Amino acid sequence: MTETAKALTPEHIACPEDSAAIPAERATIFEERKDQIHRVGDGDFAMACNRDSLAGAVSQRACVFCGSRVVLYPIADALHLVHGPIGCAAYTWDIRGALSSGPELHRLSFSTDLQELDVVFGGEKKLAKALDELIPRYEPKAAFVYSTCIVGLIGDDLAAVCKAASARHGIPVIPVQSEGFKGNKREGYLAACKAMRTLVGTGETADISKLSVNIMGDFNLAGETWIIKDYLNRMGIEVVAGITGDGRVDDLKRAHGAALNLVQCSGSTQDLAKMMREDFGIPFLRVSWIGIEDVAESLYAVAEHFELTQPELAAGMVERTALLVRDELATLMPQLKEFRRDLEGKKAAVYVGGSFKAFSLVKAFRHLGMEVVIVGSQTGTEDDYRELAAICAPGTIVVDDANPLELSAFLKEKDVDIFVGGVKERPIAFKLGVGFCDHNHERKIALEGFVGMLNFAKEVHASVMSPIWQFVPRRESQNRPIEEA
Amino acid sequence: MDLNAVIDSAVSAPAASASDYKGLSNVATTNACKLCTPLGATLAFKGVEGAVSFLHGSQGCATYMRRYIISHFREPMDIASSSLGEKNAIYGGGPNLKKGLLNAMQKYGAGVIGVATTCLTETIGDDVARLLTEFREEFKDLPLAELVHVSTPSYSGTHMDGFHGAVKALVDQLCPGSRENAAPANSRVNLFSGMVSPADIRHLKEIFRGFGVEAIVLPDYSETLDAPALLEYENIPSGGTSVADIRAMSGARASVELGRAISTQDTAGTSLNERFGTPLFRLGLPMGIRETDALFATLKSITGVDTPRDLLLERGRYIDSLVDGHKYVSGLKAVVYGEEDLCIGLTSFLAEIGVHPVLVATGARNRNLSAHIEAACGSVLREMPPHLRPIIREGADFFDIVEEAKTLAPDLLVGHSKGQRAAREWNIPLLRVGFPIHDRFGGQRLLHLGYRGAQALFDRLVNLVLEKKQNDSDIGYGYL
Ligand code: SF4
Ligand code: SF4
Repeated sequence: MTETAKALTPEHIACPEDSAAIPAERATIFEERKDQIHRVGDGDFAMACNRDSLAGAVSQRACVFCGSRVVLYPIADALHLVHGPIGCAAYTWDIRGALSSGPELHRLSFSTDLQELDVVFGGEKKLAKALDELIPRYEPKAAFVYSTCIVGLIGDDLAAVCKAASARHGIPVIPVQSEGFKGNKREGYLAACKAMRTLVGTGETADISKLSVNIMGDFNLAGETWIIKDYLNRMGIEVVAGITGDGRVDDLKRAHGAALNLVQCSGSTQDLAKMMREDFGIPFLRVSWIGIEDVAESLYAVAEHFELTQPELAAGMVERTALLVRDELATLMPQLKEFRRDLEGKKAAVYVGGSFKAFSLVKAFRHLGMEVVIVGSQTGTEDDYRELAAICAPGTIVVDDANPLELSAFLKEKDVDIFVGGVKERPIAFKLGVGFCDHNHERKIALEGFVGMLNFAKEVHASVMSPIWQFVPRRESQNRPIEEA
Repeated sequence: MDLNAVIDSAVSAPAASASDYKGLSNVATTNACKLCTPLGATLAFKGVEGAVSFLHGSQGCATYMRRYIISHFREPMDIASSSLGEKNAIYGGGPNLKKGLLNAMQKYGAGVIGVATTCLTETIGDDVARLLTEFREEFKDLPLAELVHVSTPSYSGTHMDGFHGAVKALVDQLCPGSRENAAPANSRVNLFSGMVSPADIRHLKEIFRGFGVEAIVLPDYSETLDAPALLEYENIPSGGTSVADIRAMSGARASVELGRAISTQDTAGTSLNERFGTPLFRLGLPMGIRETDALFATLKSITGVDTPRDLLLERGRYIDSLVDGHKYVSGLKAVVYGEEDLCIGLTSFLAEIGVHPVLVATGARNRNLSAHIEAACGSVLREMPPHLRPIIREGADFFDIVEEAKTLAPDLLVGHSKGQRAAREWNIPLLRVGFPIHDRFGGQRLLHLGYRGAQALFDRLVNLVLEKKQNDSDIGYGYL
């Protein structure tokens, strides 16, 4: 039913005058990428997205495997076996801050480490043996077997090996068709969703409340799922499964018992939510747990949904939610004010994996009195960007799948004070002497919920207000004439 | 001075004895103690002036490696990719490779492009050498970048093979030919330092200068991967070995190649030696006293210059500090893991200071590690009580290392960041060295080599031991 919650209709804010001139010279933009960049107020909106990365450009994008791995990674009691040469597994060993309240099998890295002979003669036997070795050793509740580029080429029958292993060991052994070259991260999300779908619907649901949800598209980075779960519990809602934050195989199996799916993040788990809507009639709400309005409105949307669908059971839920929000804001706002005093008028750049997060960040920065002058993501759709453009000031640069050259040119042009992005963007910002806030899957600080907004403000403040910026060449050269005068 | 005798003794590998590691019975690799081959190549290419590292394969590999390298160096690390998709995987990646090369040249202004293959392009059988020849022909009217390629399938070898392979490819392809067309004789010395830290490279250059030679270090990423804050972003960071210097290698006085475990035939040093007769000195990584002494002796034999006083003073101070601090570490049992040559150097360093390296493990295979360690440690190891002599493992992953180490009750781990879990579980210190350092600050500035590097390692090690002692004690002594 309510696919787009009112929470996320972008409010069309009045745009403040923006004087940033658009430079004539934009040489750093590859000719073929011009239509993946838009400047707000600069002609009609049109962007080409979801293109394959351009050969020879240093893309920040990852592969199908990476997408699947990100989504499934937090399922803590499953074995995650990467079928392929060593790199794909080595680079994804314990790199994310996805926490578990129990088992931590997800923090180990398993690989079939294919060797030359395997490539020549096929890796099926090795894969089967690896499963026979690992499953008894770790006794996981299920195993995910990821295929990588090579496996796609040598033609191993992953499904057959998994099926046989499943029969031998009595646990689900699920192939994830994530050959890296068969697209980008988004195809990886889909492959992950398909893999999870095989678990959903196989568990017992009798004891699940009618006021229940699955938290989807949240990975419990630094315990974020727990923050949201706490809000929902206080509203009187049961959380059936974190998909995949603090994820468990058994939770996934009974996830179809939930009355509603809450989907965060533009791409990662929405496919699964759609499948669950089709197969089990479970509606979903798109939510965002980042920034004040988005968190509040997401919670309200959930409460309203239940008051509407379960008027008796959920009576008073909106009221309870209002109380909760008021409580949280009463502690948060005075503290934010402190930060805002310093940050007012500073400029930010946002470049994140999903465009939904970008929305929330643009709004979050407004609470700090800051303006977002560059915004982009790796995987947004044209519609996402159109909406983003609508909530940004004229002159704001909107960009899809950027590369370091472009990002650095934009950062300089806009003279930003802080860049919000992932670990790959950090050195670009730092090299140019720009503050930075980590907002990707590797973050170790909770940025969701109301408390997350406070942490975010602290992070931004700690970076932007540091005295060190006066020494970086960019500011040194700005300051020198003044001192000499 | 019998230069040839020195060369011979330096070049000839120690008597080959089969590694005693027969491989644990594990099929799966759990928590690998190695990285994939192209990663090493992209690092090596990063040490050439004006160069862009380029991976011929799908996009994911490049992005993963960048992330991994960036987390260590905290510097921009661009790796271009031919971004192959499904169609290319079937019909070949040639068109994408060429398009990618053009882009890297035109947009980055690459003067050199170092192309490494990946598992994908190795498996579909793209012939990169041929593709590059075609490319040069097709675009001969353009000012082309120097193109260097190396074959780096991960299903054979580790990142170290990729690193050494790329260095050799640079020498073979940018300094081609033989005696007849060698560069004019010059007074410089080639230095193939292996995969060491930017701080190590800087120190090595300083040491060579002390002996009156300007080394041609290949690769030299001491600036490109450890650069100052900048006003203008550089597409390609300044620094690195220039192509002109690589060409001049054929006229150099000698080559020094660090690393006992690199294959004895197929390296940059042997290539120059065979083609131009450049004398080659193969030494271990100069870690600890004796391995560093060996480097200094070699430099003296090449240049005829005595070890400069300030370096001698460093040696003296280091030995003095060993006297002051030896008791804190004497008899501790250490587990050493990581790249083969680093393992050898560390084992030698530890054995010298009275720490027992009870287990030495690398993810690489067929490196003849036992023999090399024996050669590097010499009498220090032979004099150890037999039950404390190191168990040496090749092809190990962290599952193997942890399982085996458990039985040895180590006091200390020595290696890169990935041993952190075990150190934490056993509540013992981890002396972080090498690559990657993902959970501490300043990995690119860690110094391991020379007397100064030994001093840095020893100071850190003693302090780790003292810190643990202090934290574990109820009294918390203020004097230790
Ligand atoms: S496919 Fe090969 S080159 Fe790519 S990350 Fe995996 S191991 Fe490394
Ligand atoms: S692109 Fe392919 S080989 Fe590279 S990391 Fe992704 S799955 Fe592995």
